[in-house]
Amino acid sequence: MTIPTKMLILLPILLSFLAAIINILAWNHRRWQRIVTLVATTLNLLVALRIFMVVYGQGPQAVQASNWPAPFGITIVADLFSAIMVVITALMGLTVAIYALADITPQREALGYHPLYHTLLMGIYGSFLTGDIFNLYVWFEVMLISSFVLIGLGGDRGQLEGSFKYVTINLISSAIFLAAAGLTYGVTGTLNMADLRGALAQVPGGFATTLGMMFLLAFGIKAGLFPLYGWLPAAYHTPPAAISAIFAGMLTKVGVYALIRVFTLLFVQEVAYTHSLILMAAAGLTMVIGVFGAATRSEFRRILSFHIISQIGYMIMGLAIFSPLALAGAIFYIIHHIIVKTNLFLVSGVVNWMQGSYDLKKLGGLYKTNPGLGVLFLIPALSLAGIPPLSGFWAKFVLVRAGLEAGDYAIVAAALFVSVLTLYSMMKIWQFVFWQKAPEGVVERGHGEGENGRFFRLLPIIILATCTIIIGLYAGFFFDVAQQAANQLLDPTQYLNVVLQR
Amino acid sequence: MARSTILVTATRILLPLMLLFAFYIFVRGHNDPGGGFIGGLIVATAFSLYGIAHGMGAARKLLRLHSRTLIGIGLLCVITSGFLAPLVVGDLPFLTALWGTAVWPAIGKLSTPLLFDTGVFLGVVGVTSMIIFTLAEEG
Repeated sequence: MTIPTKMLILLPILLSFLAAIINILAWNHRRWQRIVTLVATTLNLLVALRIFMVVYGQGPQAVQASNWPAPFGITIVADLFSAIMVVITALMGLTVAIYALADITPQREALGYHPLYHTLLMGIYGSFLTGDIFNLYVWFEVMLISSFVLIGLGGDRGQLEGSFKYVTINLISSAIFLAAAGLTYGVTGTLNMADLRGALAQVPGGFATTLGMMFLLAFGIKAGLFPLYGWLPAAYHTPPAAISAIFAGMLTKVGVYALIRVFTLLFVQEVAYTHSLILMAAAGLTMVIGVFGAATRSEFRRILSFHIISQIGYMIMGLAIFSPLALAGAIFYIIHHIIVKTNLFLVSGVVNWMQGSYDLKKLGGLYKTNPGLGVLFLIPALSLAGIPPLSGFWAKFVLVRAGLEAGDYAIVAAALFVSVLTLYSMMKIWQFVFWQKAPEGVVERGHGEGENGRFFRLLPIIILATCTIIIGLYAGFFFDVAQQAANQLLDPTQYLNVVLQR
Repeated sequence: MARSTILVTATRILLPLMLLFAFYIFVRGHNDPGGGFIGGLIVATAFSLYGIAHGMGAARKLLRLHSRTLIGIGLLCVITSGFLAPLVVGDLPFLTALWGTAVWPAIGKLSTPLLFDTGVFLGVVGVTSMIIFTLAEEG
């Protein structure tokens, strides 16, 4: 069956929406909700792969929903970067949905976990596929409102505390975003991103850069950029593992995506200032401060949360260097990071399920009882630190090489230094959780209570670990795709033509 | 809380009037101020008035469907209105407006924007009534 492209690139959004609707109507039928969730996320993965194939083969695709021509209509556009992000989202959507079958309690399901999960995914797909700044704001809101509820769902004490900070800071970010979008419209009279590129070129330089900095502030908060990252480690360790895994994997990366999109397509008037100075400094500091934060923590998911921040620095480093190779590195890094980070959060959930804690000091001896899980932890952990031949090594290798070619030695030094510290804190987790003897009084759980729970928890981890290895082994192909995506970002002629129908 | 006879009597007259007015506002929304959102709010107001007069349990019963189901049906109308153009006519983008030719009394031509607005209407009735019922019962 072939789906026309006009329909195809909207389908990830629409399928998620439809799944959410069915889940609302089937509110009290847990079994049906689970089936709908699995079917929808599986279909979305197939759709996403199809989108990727079409965009990879035929270049960027666009559709004007409601059939009004751009810049007036609702533009949905998929270039290679969007297509990559959609595929990754679909993969995470499916694997985390499988994990959630075992991890989300019936109480949380009764409070509406399933419909919220789909609206969250809908918001993420929408953010990746929209071609309009205001619609980007709307999709951000769809995603954030779902995440506000998901992070507090179930109402644990810790969850409420974490969600309070999360909601407050993100609302501020949304307000800045909205103000920036309003000012942009006031200055240029358009919000369609393809149209804006031309319009911003007419605006006197300083004003465009000011707008750019406002967007940097808004997206920087969402992406967890230094010094705006405070909400992230305060919130991500509170909800159940399945929820924090999808948050850790996807949400900050939507911010990074938005940053890369606007700072390649729109705000390229004063690269020497915006990219080489501001973004570069933010990237370096984010990397270093994040990893220091991680090194001093002793709670499994807090360590991982700080590592998210530190890794965001690498992606922004690619954007800041602003060469084709560096952007390709950033895109490769995002692919690698989302898979690895989601996986590590899932592993932390399994550890908590087995030994009843996230605190490193209350864990131990898991390698002896579960050597398989130890290996499954080591694959993403070593990949995160950048050990060859895993995916993280190639991602860092490309970025470091791009940095050396551009002559930005300071950031390269920071990147290498941070790698070492990342390895240190991964080894710390390994040492405490898997290697050393369990402290007194730790009771091993999770064997008697049904093999189904074990299967649903381990299957997604195995899938994601396999992906990490595959990316490492076939790095050439993935790098080639990332490089093409980077070229489309730096030379958006095709993107502009397909949106503006020239 | 004692039932107020005045309020109960007034509600008996006001409720149908408000529902009728909501329908009027909803239909005129295509060309004039109004539409599904405002119409939905007025319906929810009517039900909350009934709830204040007779108790929220009675208002829930009067609404027949659970608020959540209304939201679901509303969203279903919205997505259906989008799918009609690409699925029925073919080769049109999602959400393209389709218009019938026959002119109906009161509502004019049937169209996918009308279905979309019906979805908005039901969704707003669902969300607002859910908020009002929940707050009123907790307080």
